[in-house]
Amino acid sequence: MDLKTLTIVVVVASFILYIAIAIWAKARSTGDFYVAGKGVHPIANGMATAADWMSAASFISLAGIISFAGYDSSVYLMGWTGGYVLLALLLAPYLRKFGKFTVPEFIGDRYYSKTAKVVAVICLIIISFTYVAGQMRGVGIVFSRFLEVEILTGLIIGMGIVFFYAVLGGMKGITYTQVAQYCVLIFAYMVPAIFISVQITGNPIPQLAFGSNLAGQDISLLAKLDEIVTMLGFNAFTAGSKSTTDLLFITAALMVGTAGLPHVIVRFFTVPKVSDARKSAGWALLFIAILYTTAPAVGSLARLNLINTIQPGEVGAVDGNLKYSDKPSWFATWEKTGLLTFDDKNGDGRIQYYNDKNESFKAKADSYGWKGNELKVDRDIMVLANPEIAQLPNWVIALIAAGGIAAALSTAAGLLLVISSSISHDLVKGIIAPEISEKKELFIGRVSAAVAILIAGYLGANPPGFVAQVVALAFGLAASSLFPAILLGIFNKRVNKTGAVAGMIVGIVFTLSYIIYFKFMHLELNNADNWWFGISPEGIGSLGMIFNFVVALVVSKVTEEPPQEIQDLVESIRIPKEV
Amino acid sequence: MSSKENREAYWKANLKLMGLLLSIWFIVSYVLGIVLVDQLNTIQFGGFKLGFWIAQQGSMYVYLILIFVYAKKMNTLDKKYGVED
Repeated sequence: MDLKTLTIVVVVASFILYIAIAIWAKARSTGDFYVAGKGVHPIANGMATAADWMSAASFISLAGIISFAGYDSSVYLMGWTGGYVLLALLLAPYLRKFGKFTVPEFIGDRYYSKTAKVVAVICLIIISFTYVAGQMRGVGIVFSRFLEVEILTGLIIGMGIVFFYAVLGGMKGITYTQVAQYCVLIFAYMVPAIFISVQITGNPIPQLAFGSNLAGQDISLLAKLDEIVTMLGFNAFTAGSKSTTDLLFITAALMVGTAGLPHVIVRFFTVPKVSDARKSAGWALLFIAILYTTAPAVGSLARLNLINTIQPGEVGAVDGNLKYSDKPSWFATWEKTGLLTFDDKNGDGRIQYYNDKNESFKAKADSYGWKGNELKVDRDIMVLANPEIAQLPNWVIALIAAGGIAAALSTAAGLLLVISSSISHDLVKGIIAPEISEKKELFIGRVSAAVAILIAGYLGANPPGFVAQVVALAFGLAASSLFPAILLGIFNKRVNKTGAVAGMIVGIVFTLSYIIYFKFMHLELNNADNWWFGISPEGIGSLGMIFNFVVALVVSKVTEEPPQEIQDLVESIRIPKEV
Repeated sequence: MSSKENREAYWKANLKLMGLLLSIWFIVSYVLGIVLVDQLNTIQFGGFKLGFWIAQQGSMYVYLILIFVYAKKMNTLDKKYGVED
């Protein structure tokens, strides 16, 4: 079977599996639709959370980011996993005890205020839509690259699948499909990683291969990588270039943002008990960490593989660089997609790949007769083309396609569900028409899920130019708006509605303005000299969060205490069960 | 013990455990993984520089241990104060 047919077979098989699960897990009540009837086993919820959390970006882009950013990429590794500690210790068990359906519902009840609820719904919708647009785009791209259909066709197929199981099954359908999607995506990620680890270091465990010596040599993978990338004028892989302050703020924003993302929080509403919520966060992180501790190994091995291919001889030697006419077949395949581009600037017919932004390396490059870097490599290639670069069998390449689609669909479905439940449950049932029946509410939930999918699909097909930036923005917004309001709601009985609303508004407005100023209005000023305290827009959510905390506490202090029944509510969510 | 005192003692024990675990979380991520990374990188840990390993691998193992320890200890606390669900 040729690669394309094989890929179609694998992808279609995975779709049939998802649809079968959706039919089996049809939602029959609002409880099923919003929180899967609160009957999900903690380990199954852990897997579903992992699939929910790991998007197309984790699956396709993370290893590529690591391979080019080296140590600096630690902000993503720590930021996107460390947030689970906050979630497990500070939020998940208490929100589960609260025992309702949505995040805005908690904020509305705890701050006894419809205004607080509406502000929370607005924050949730901004956060989730920015995120989901990126996912739909990811679905389209994977389809078009592996199955050679138009991005739009791929997008419509992806929307159709999500539509089927999210609208029909609600949270229940999504949960069990996500469990299956986790299995598909982790298998697809680990198989090539293990193959490549064995090939290069002889050690099959990627986490250990990452620190092993190269097969048959007396030098470790990382030492070798540092040596060859610095010879080509790049930063050493194990050294960073970002400032310490910026690293601290970005890591904090990503950690807190992770803990504050509604589609992640709501997963912990689905387990039967408070103690299950704590445990389940541990399982979720375990399943996530399998991929996240493998990604640095994949990134470093892929970078070494790539450079060894392009630079077969000594750096600077005339025959050190690969002749373009000798390029391997994968090179031509990926050139067609535009992810790999070669431009023979000095006309010697060979590929020069080095850091031409490095001033101190320039003299050397000139003396070699190099006229600039000739190879542009998109970071996504590190995962997508890895199996081909390492000459792995075709079925492994087909798996990558199914894994990428699973990662994107599972995250998109989770996001669409929190959007639809905040509309049908918080806005319609909670504020506009409290008298509607459960059946009617379920119907409205399904309709809003359908509408949300159409909007997400539209955004995926016609991405506003700033999609890439807005995904990073979602973390800062979650960190500066929802996280402090939830945290204070549990740990401080004195914080009242005025304080919480003021805090959320200050946090999100400040963070949004800072990001819009540097990312959209004044891109030319977006550098360390102009940033406040050297904090980049990626890290500004941490400062927004601090403002939110300060404003909420100060405003609460000078206004009236929350009513007694609210203080009792806080007491009751702090213990798993009343005695 | 009245139910109110019982509840307060349980909450206090919970906060203490949380404080300890979050300090470890903070030190590993921000102090060892970021602030002191260059100093720690002078120490070799197998095929890794120690600071780099903590930032890219070790920190994640520590987070996992922290969550499972918290889940386990809290189960004990729940039972001790008779609030388990």
